[in-house]
Amino acid sequence: MNYVFEFSQVFAAWDELLAGALRTLWLSAAAMAIGMVVAVLGALGKTGGPRPLRWVIDAYIELIRNTPFLIQIFVVFFGLPAIGIRLEADQASLLALVVNVGAYGIEIIRAGIESIAKGQIEAGRALGLSRLQIFRLIVLKPAVQAVYPALTSQFILLMLNSSVCSAIAASELTGAANDIQARNFRSFEVYFVVTGIYFALSLLFWGIFAWIERAFLRQPAVR
Amino acid sequence: MRTLGSGEILFILAAIRWTLLLSAAAFVGGSIGGMLIALMRSGRIKPLRWIAFGYIKLFQGTPLLMQLFLAFFVPGLFGFDVDPWGAAALGLSLHASAFLGEIWRGAIETVPRGQWESSAALGLRYWSQMRLVVLPQAVPIAIPPTVGFLVQLIKGTSLASIIGFVELTRAAQVINNAVFQPFTIFGIVGLAYFAVCWPLSAYSKRMERRLAAATR
Repeated sequence: MNYVFEFSQVFAAWDELLAGALRTLWLSAAAMAIGMVVAVLGALGKTGGPRPLRWVIDAYIELIRNTPFLIQIFVVFFGLPAIGIRLEADQASLLALVVNVGAYGIEIIRAGIESIAKGQIEAGRALGLSRLQIFRLIVLKPAVQAVYPALTSQFILLMLNSSVCSAIAASELTGAANDIQARNFRSFEVYFVVTGIYFALSLLFWGIFAWIERAFLRQPAVR
Repeated sequence: MRTLGSGEILFILAAIRWTLLLSAAAFVGGSIGGMLIALMRSGRIKPLRWIAFGYIKLFQGTPLLMQLFLAFFVPGLFGFDVDPWGAAALGLSLHASAFLGEIWRGAIETVPRGQWESSAALGLRYWSQMRLVVLPQAVPIAIPPTVGFLVQLIKGTSLASIIGFVELTRAAQVINNAVFQPFTIFGIVGLAYFAVCWPLSAYSKRMERRLAAATR
C-alpha cells in the first residue's frame, strides 16, 4: 500500500464540514418534529378514523415503505414542478424526509396506541378527564413510552437517510463532502472523515433521546 | 429531443434485472457475513463479541451512502481497482452483514439457555448444538425480520446509482435526462420497486402475525 494520506486538506475545509453538519442536524431535527406530528395524526386516523380515511392512510404507508427514499425525493424535487409545485432543494429534502418518516412513524405509534388497555381509557373517563386529557395522558404518553426504542431508531435512520438528499444538491453534510472532494480529489479522506461525523451525530441523537426519555417519559410505575 | 415511448420505458424496466442481481449478491454476501457476526456476537469469546458489537454499531450508525462511497474508494488505496458494480456489491454486503447479524443474534438468543445446557449434557459440541438444537428453533423466528430487511436492501440498491452503477434508478435518470418527464418516469420506477417490495413486505407481515399467534 503506497497511498499517501492527506487529511490536512480535509481539515482545512473544517468550516464547510461544520456548516454541513449543522444543516444535517437542523434538517433531521425539523423532519423528526414534523414527522412526529404526521405520525400521531396518522395513527389517530388509522385507529379511529372513518374507513375511507383508513384506506388512504394504509395506501400511503405501503407506498412509502415499499419504494426507495431516493425515488421519493426525485418525485418531490423533479416531479412536483410538473403539477405546479416548485420547491428549493432544501425544502424538497425536508418534505421528502417528513413524508418518508411519517409512514414508518404511523405504524410505530399505532402499535403503541393499540397496546393501551381499554380499561385505562374508561378509568380516565370515570375520573372525569376531558377527551384531550385522556388522549394526552392516558393514550399518547404511555403509547410513546411503549414504542420509544423503535421510534428513536427510526429517527436516527432518518438522520442517516438525509445524506441521500445530496442527490438533489441539498445543502447538508454529504453535499459539503461532495463539494470538498470535487476540489481537492481527496475522496477517501473526505468521505472517511464525514462518515465519522455522521457516527458522532448518531451518538449525539442517541444521547438526546436517552435524555428525553429520562426527563419526560419516565413516570412512577403504577402496577 | 427524444420522447418517452415504449422503447424508453422498456429500457428502464429491463434495468430491474440489475437491481435484482445486486440485491441477490448483497443478500448472499450479507448472509455469510451476517452469520459470522451473529455467531461472534452470541458466542462466549469476549473479544469476538466486542468486535461484532463494534461492527454492528458502526454500520448502523453511519449512512449507507457513505458506506458505498468508502467501498468505492478504499479498495483503490490497496491497489485494487473496483468498478461501480463491485463497489456496490461489496458495500451493500458489508451493510447487510451488520443488520442481518443483529437480527440473527436476536433470534439465536430467544432460544432459552436451558436448551444449550441440556444439549451440552447430552454430549453435543458447539456446532452440533447450533445445527441440531438452536438453529431449528431460531430460524422460524428470524424469517419475518430477515424478509423485512431484504426489502430495505432492495430499496438500498437504488443508492448504487449515485456511485454510477446502472440499475433501475440510474436507468431512469439516464432516460429522464433525455426526455425530461420526471413525474412519469420516477412514478413508473417507484411502482416497479413497489411491485418487487410489496409482496415481500406483505409476506413478512403475515409470517410475523402467524408467529405471534403461535407463541401466544
